Amino acid sequence: MNVVVCVKQIPDPAVPGALAADHTLDRSGKLILDESDSYGVEMALQLVDTAGEGEVTLVSMVPNGEVSGLRTALAMGAAKAILVSDDALAGSDALSTAKVLAKCVERAGGIDLVLTATESTDGYTGTIPAQVGELLGWPSLTFAKHIEIADGKVTIQRQTEAGYDVVEASLPAVVSVTAGVVEPRYPSFKGIMAAKSKPVDAVTAGDLGLDAGQVGWAGARQEIVNVAQAPAREAGEKFEDDGTGAEKVVAFLEQLKVI
Amino acid sequence: MTVDKIWVYAESADGKATSATLELLTKARELGSTVEAIYTGSDTDAVAAAVGEYGATKLFVIDPGDGLPGQVAAAPIAQLAGEHNPDAILFAQSYDGRDAIARLSVKLDQPVLTNGMSLSDDGGLLFGTGIFGGVTLVDAKFSGGGPALIAIRPKSFAAEPSGGAAAAVEAVAAADAGRAAEAKVLERHVEEQQGPKLEEATVVVSGGRGIGAAENYGPLVEELAKQLKGAWGASRAIVDAGWVPYALQVGQTGKTVKPKVYVALGISGATQHLVGMKGSDNIIAVNKDAEAPIFSVADLGIVGDVHKVVPALIEAIKAKS
Repeated sequence: MNVVVCVKQIPDPAVPGALAADHTLDRSGKLILDESDSYGVEMALQLVDTAGEGEVTLVSMVPNGEVSGLRTALAMGAAKAILVSDDALAGSDALSTAKVLAKCVERAGGIDLVLTATESTDGYTGTIPAQVGELLGWPSLTFAKHIEIADGKVTIQRQTEAGYDVVEASLPAVVSVTAGVVEPRYPSFKGIMAAKSKPVDAVTAGDLGLDAGQVGWAGARQEIVNVAQAPAREAGEKFEDDGTGAEKVVAFLEQLKVI
Repeated sequence: MTVDKIWVYAESADGKATSATLELLTKARELGSTVEAIYTGSDTDAVAAAVGEYGATKLFVIDPGDGLPGQVAAAPIAQLAGEHNPDAILFAQSYDGRDAIARLSVKLDQPVLTNGMSLSDDGGLLFGTGIFGGVTLVDAKFSGGGPALIAIRPKSFAAEPSGGAAAAVEAVAAADAGRAAEAKVLERHVEEQQGPKLEEATVVVSGGRGIGAAENYGPLVEELAKQLKGAWGASRAIVDAGWVPYALQVGQTGKTVKPKVYVALGISGATQHLVGMKGSDNIIAVNKDAEAPIFSVADLGIVGDVHKVVPALIEAIKAKS
């Protein structure tokens, strides 16, 4: 059971986001593992563990050769990583990114399953899982809140508006997992030390056989034409609860004629 | 790029066209001269009537069999798009809509714009969305040729009927979806939902991590919602923690709600949550952290303990009725 997990290294969501001069998300500061991806990493580790053989390979595309987020996932237990960092990829949209990730899965070779989050926390386009599936020519089972692997098939509980569907496909396949599908482990000290010497295969778009016209700004074929601050909601009233908090809420609800 | 022919990827629930579908059709009618819909599913007659009433003249129907609709749809839509050259195809930001737009983008090698909140004609389609929890508004355009592939968040537009007749149904021949067709839906589970629907309720009461424990959700959040004849929701934090089912999640990755009154209990107000409820007419927040971002959008903020404020509130409302 060989599993690829697509992981994204993103600006710390706790720090207010900003746009760079070219209107792309400012990624110049420290980047960390997107928490949404920690679920996929944990799921992959558990599936490989259950299978009793195979390994977990991480795939990540990032500016500046950043590896700190990758090291976090390696410390959790992934065996190795493919890191794509290339100025030619600046400005890449979701489709271009999916092309890069799909090429990485092919580069890893012999992969049974690709796991992703349902969307990244910073860009949240939300199309990468199914795009990677289509590019590889594999089924993509999206929004999994439970995964089982048996007899060369993957079966998931797929989140729906009304509840969930049980969906099955043969391997190899792409599966996107919802947050909460498993409880991600914290890296142990031993894991953190081991992660420092795990192999990271650093590649460029050219190494993956992609030419500059397919990716980056040229591939994105979209432009940001305007950026503005949203009109702020008028600041309301804020009270310390001194025992009259409930009364204030009641008065407000009465004023709105809700009660 | 001029906007003439617009297609809408229609979806249904319980045999009826979804409200997001009707919202997209209303907007498409405003922007294009020809509006047609594509639909992957059953209950074709009901859906044809509904999309027709909202302006679609034609309904292309794809039979998904037991496949995943969004995956099976991409190959035939790509084929149809080649024959009919729509200028844009609009999708709802929904589970199946996301699958369909993603697969189709690869088939057509076209970029996508998703999570849209506005759409207008500015000598071409001008797409608007909010980022960083909606505090920054961004407008974008495609710079290449069509069809423009766009996904829009539900509740971004009002749905207004045009009074049109049922759309003419045109069955679409199956196209080879390749291994995408191997994904099979084996069972469907519907989780029982009590009370009014989150998206339709006049009052929504949501709980977050600040309620302390799963067992507090019922007596605090659900009970207050019931007293106000509203629906109950949740932040992503407590859905991820497994306290309540995903169907209750309000936010970027959950439902978008715009009730008359939104009550946030023990919710800090991560941008992920704010995106899903900021459009509410009135927002009330109770949280013990005075610095919580939820207070920046609240019309009435109570800095206090939900375990004290909410039971007192429930008693006070009961005493009035």
